[in-house]
Amino acid sequence: MQTPAPTDYVRATSVANAIALLEEHGEEARILAGGHSLLPMMKLRIARPEMLIDINDLDELRGIRVEGDELVLGAMVTHREVLESPILSEHYAIFREAEKVIADPLVRNRGTVGGSMCQADPSEDLSAVGSALHGTVVIRNSSGTRTVPLREFHEGPYETKVGPAEMLTEVRFPIRPGSGSAYEKVERRVGDWAVCSAGVFVTVKDGVVADCGIGLTAVSAEHFCAPAAEAFLIGKAPSEENLRAAAKMAGDASDPSSDQRGPADYKKHLAEELTFRALTRAASASQGA
Amino acid sequence: MQVTMNVNGESITRDVEPRKLLVHFIREDVELRGTHWGCDTSNCGACTLWVDGEAVKSCTVLAAQADGHDVRTVEGMETAAGLDPVQQGFIECHGLQCGFCTPGMMMTARWLLDHNPHPSEEEIREAISGQICRCTGYKNIVEAIQWAADHPATSEVNA
Repeated sequence: MQTPAPTDYVRATSVANAIALLEEHGEEARILAGGHSLLPMMKLRIARPEMLIDINDLDELRGIRVEGDELVLGAMVTHREVLESPILSEHYAIFREAEKVIADPLVRNRGTVGGSMCQADPSEDLSAVGSALHGTVVIRNSSGTRTVPLREFHEGPYETKVGPAEMLTEVRFPIRPGSGSAYEKVERRVGDWAVCSAGVFVTVKDGVVADCGIGLTAVSAEHFCAPAAEAFLIGKAPSEENLRAAAKMAGDASDPSSDQRGPADYKKHLAEELTFRALTRAASASQGA
Repeated sequence: MQVTMNVNGESITRDVEPRKLLVHFIREDVELRGTHWGCDTSNCGACTLWVDGEAVKSCTVLAAQADGHDVRTVEGMETAAGLDPVQQGFIECHGLQCGFCTPGMMMTARWLLDHNPHPSEEEIREAISGQICRCTGYKNIVEAIQWAADHPATSEVNA
């Protein structure tokens, strides 16, 4: 039987209160969002927080909205809300395509966007989506808020720019009219972590790629992205040859390890092939838009 | 700490350790053992119950988190009007063999049908994709849920 080590529990009454509680309890306190990463880690005793600060009551962290030219997701938006959001689907197919293959419906009912980002698992699908779309996160502490690009957010596996007395409150994505996006994942079985996933957006204007983003997960691509492949593609026609060449560069941006999910060369092949498939669909969607 | 939650319509108050998982609270403290304790790792779904109307894996929720909330377990499925169509479907279609996964499967099935009364086979398989059955090969479970969708007679009572 797996049981977390003894801990205390308190419910935050506001974001400001949660931050005050983090300051009061120091580094042994942890924010409890959906709990679907933290509680399993506590059961394995990999995490042993002495104080859990539950933020599930905080409505100010919920909701998906458009603000100016950005999509804004509160930290406590669940995976299911992302999957079913008409606002997100209207602007990007990638959200629905990625969420459909994240965990399973029951986990998606409870797991949150903010929790997934802060867990920073090296195989997190939403991290690839966030990097592909050049998203940003809003981090708050007692003296104010700051905005950090998702391509600078990760310090390493399971490490982020969120400090001890800070919390992530929002994730933001620029809206790109006329873009197409897509997500491709290979997993061993339904609900598993990715062997490799690729998520992209492409904006084709006047027959050439005006803008694009390529995200990769589970293959140790730095900041979950492939910037050289993006730079190569911009200004070029979205031909099969060019998309292939960009996909090859995305494969080169990966640095996977061999493990029970497969050998490194197979994962590198997946990074390339899944990027190609996602680019092909996204470019086609952009041209049809 | 003291927690109070509504379990199947009844207000329950108990003292618990903050680290106690909801599945153990329901089984040990509330003594409702229909909710099964399976893999402990949010993989198998045997512990599925509802919190505030959403199907969740109760091995990955603290009892403390359910304080002040509504919990519904498999024991709450049957009403004065009789068995839930989902329960009847599992009987009609031989939707179980050993029965270990059954309470969780039924709680997810009811949740699915409340949101999508006419699911396709694919939608049923998707809904139960976070749950493991080692006996049936899933075919009869899918047919049982389909049967319940086709016989919604008492579902208003359970809504």
